[in-house]
Amino acid sequence: MKFTKLATVALTTLAVSAPVVADLVFPSLSYRTGPYAAGGAPYADGYADYFTLLNERDGGIGGVLTAVPECETGYNTAKGVECYEATKGDGALAYQPLSTGITYQLIPKTMADDIPLMTQGYGRTSGANGKVFSHVFNFPANYWSGASRIINRIMEENGGTINDRNIALVYHNSGYGKEPIPTLEALATKHGFNLTLIPVDHPGQEQKSQWLQIRRERPDNIILYGWGVMNQVALKEAANIRYPMDQMFGIWWSGTENDALEGMGSHGYKAATFHNVGSDYPVYKDIQKFVVDAGLTAGDGSNVGTVLYNRGMYSAMLAAAGAANAQEIHGVKDITSGMMRDGLEALNVTNEFMAAAGMPKFGPEFSVSCSNHGGPGNVGIQQWDGNSREWKLVGDFEAPDMEVISALIKADSEAYAAENNITPRDC
Amino acid sequence: MSADFLYTIEVILNGLMAGVMYSLVALGFVLIFKASGIFNYAQGVMALFAALTLVGIQTGQIPFSHLINAIFGTNIHHFGWQVPTLLAIALTIGVMVVFAILVERYILHHLVNQEPIILFMATIGLAYFMEGFGDIMWGSDIKTLDVGLPSGGSLWLEEYTLGWAAEGEQYYGMYLDKLDMVASLVAIVLVVSLTIFSQYTTTGRALRAVADDHQAALSVGISLRTIWVIVWSIAGFVALVAGIMWGAKSGVQFSLSLIALKALPVLMLGGFTSIPGAIIGGLIIGVGEKLFEYAIGPLIGGATENWFAYVLALMFLVFRPQGLFGEKIIERV
Repeated sequence: MKFTKLATVALTTLAVSAPVVADLVFPSLSYRTGPYAAGGAPYADGYADYFTLLNERDGGIGGVLTAVPECETGYNTAKGVECYEATKGDGALAYQPLSTGITYQLIPKTMADDIPLMTQGYGRTSGANGKVFSHVFNFPANYWSGASRIINRIMEENGGTINDRNIALVYHNSGYGKEPIPTLEALATKHGFNLTLIPVDHPGQEQKSQWLQIRRERPDNIILYGWGVMNQVALKEAANIRYPMDQMFGIWWSGTENDALEGMGSHGYKAATFHNVGSDYPVYKDIQKFVVDAGLTAGDGSNVGTVLYNRGMYSAMLAAAGAANAQEIHGVKDITSGMMRDGLEALNVTNEFMAAAGMPKFGPEFSVSCSNHGGPGNVGIQQWDGNSREWKLVGDFEAPDMEVISALIKADSEAYAAENNITPRDC
Repeated sequence: MSADFLYTIEVILNGLMAGVMYSLVALGFVLIFKASGIFNYAQGVMALFAALTLVGIQTGQIPFSHLINAIFGTNIHHFGWQVPTLLAIALTIGVMVVFAILVERYILHHLVNQEPIILFMATIGLAYFMEGFGDIMWGSDIKTLDVGLPSGGSLWLEEYTLGWAAEGEQYYGMYLDKLDMVASLVAIVLVVSLTIFSQYTTTGRALRAVADDHQAALSVGISLRTIWVIVWSIAGFVALVAGIMWGAKSGVQFSLSLIALKALPVLMLGGFTSIPGAIIGGLIIGVGEKLFEYAIGPLIGGATENWFAYVLALMFLVFRPQGLFGEKIIERV
């Protein structure tokens, strides 16, 4: 009896501590608990389900199975770093932490460990400068391209001019929320609009002061950079003061089904996006067949097709494309993280490629180079339909004002290089 | 009247109502501290758990469905029925009573006469347990709470006050959220009921006796176990009310547990043992933080409310360490 117990304990210990046996490892620094779990869980589901699909349908990438070990960060930067340290030794090929705070901490670590850091639509915007940030890949869009695309859209809707228009930025008072401020200030100078900055402290459960201010000042447009409960409360308060919702724009982290919880109250609200909406794509038929019906979903399957699930799946698809590229470039199946970096740097996502992946027109076309890890930053606009309770793409993926953004990226990345004694790569 | 003056009045009124919302959370803390000397760290999580349970029951959600599906490979989520709001609230109160019994039996019962810090640590453990338990039981997705509460600004008030500003000034009428008004009424009823219960009923007096001295209360025949179950049940009910009011604003989600952070400065200011103190403290914090944000916030970058509430509470503590209504502790050498 005692022996049986000891054997059970030993086997359990081995099972828990055994290294991941699959060859291509993509750790998922997820958050399924804590105040941001409602956003973290569907993203993690989409990320894991796509790799499961590749394993079940294609036998992995280039015939090598993939593994997605999850580590719970709770959206906590310290825990995120712990997760990175705990999983990098398992042969991690790339990290996607879904947190700007964690990203900032991992930038120097991943550079030292030669592991790519993929930050789709978040993280350090100037990471787009591949000369300085050799291991950061923030294609296809970043906070600054999102802000610029929103301003371009406001211009389109107002006959091409926004001179003297009053625009308010309601933002999460954190590194993430403050990211668009330099871009918006530069764009305000260029186009002559008045920018009002309205910060909201974490978590954003109480925003009465901010919305009373908005009601008094009546900005012509509102740009929302929120996350978690801040978004639901902001949209609720906007509806309460009867702010015209079609004049309100969110960044993609403020443009999910969770955020438009009010349904009709948020009708007309728009948000920037770097990928398409819905589940009307061939890849979803495969996910249904090989993942959901087979009972292999990471979650309960209820998130399939939602904005954040789509984003997680799209991010996984880009990572898988980078791995396939790396296998081709180096002529080996069992790639290393350094090879993965090379694969990502040579990524060329065309409409044909997306169609072949079962995701036609799901995201913008873009290519990555040694000097440009951010792509052209094409961003679309989606709008919430309160009647059908779903997002609809109402603006194509278009280029932001790269004249302004490129200068800001150059200045910020060069400052980072100088602070950290990094010699920019010659490319 | 000048528009600036009217806007200041608007900020004060909204601050008062925000303060009432903070007080609803603070009340739960006061009740448990008053009756058992425990600072209940889990009060915020109790509000979340109560609101999750209410929505779950109301919408016919199957508890632990994620766990059941994962273990048995099933795909069940809902019973397929909707429970009327009042019945759902009654059932949720029942769940919170069961919760109180379990807390007493498995936690407090073993910690009688322990140091307050031990009891406090136990409630920290309870909070983390309940966070996870709530997630497993009802899922971590955001849920819409619909119990028929009104929302949005009062149109009548806006139109009525529209002409109050001097001619030519930009003024859009006074804004008050209907939900906040309902919350204020509910809070008044709660405070009056709880004060009467605490001061004028046998059970209420027994609660206070237990708070003064566990052993002395036991020696005169008061059942500590019953009193603790009663007080945790009442705190569970108050948590449900707070969960409903806050959940109606933001949806029911994990962040509801963080509303406890808003109650702490209220408790520091109002005192941990006074029910009216929780209300007055909430009103002062609400008005103080809103006025500061309105008048000074724009000059120093905004987002001042979270920290200013604590600064305000600390300023009061300098002059009254026991809080405005707290019992003065006198220890003689």
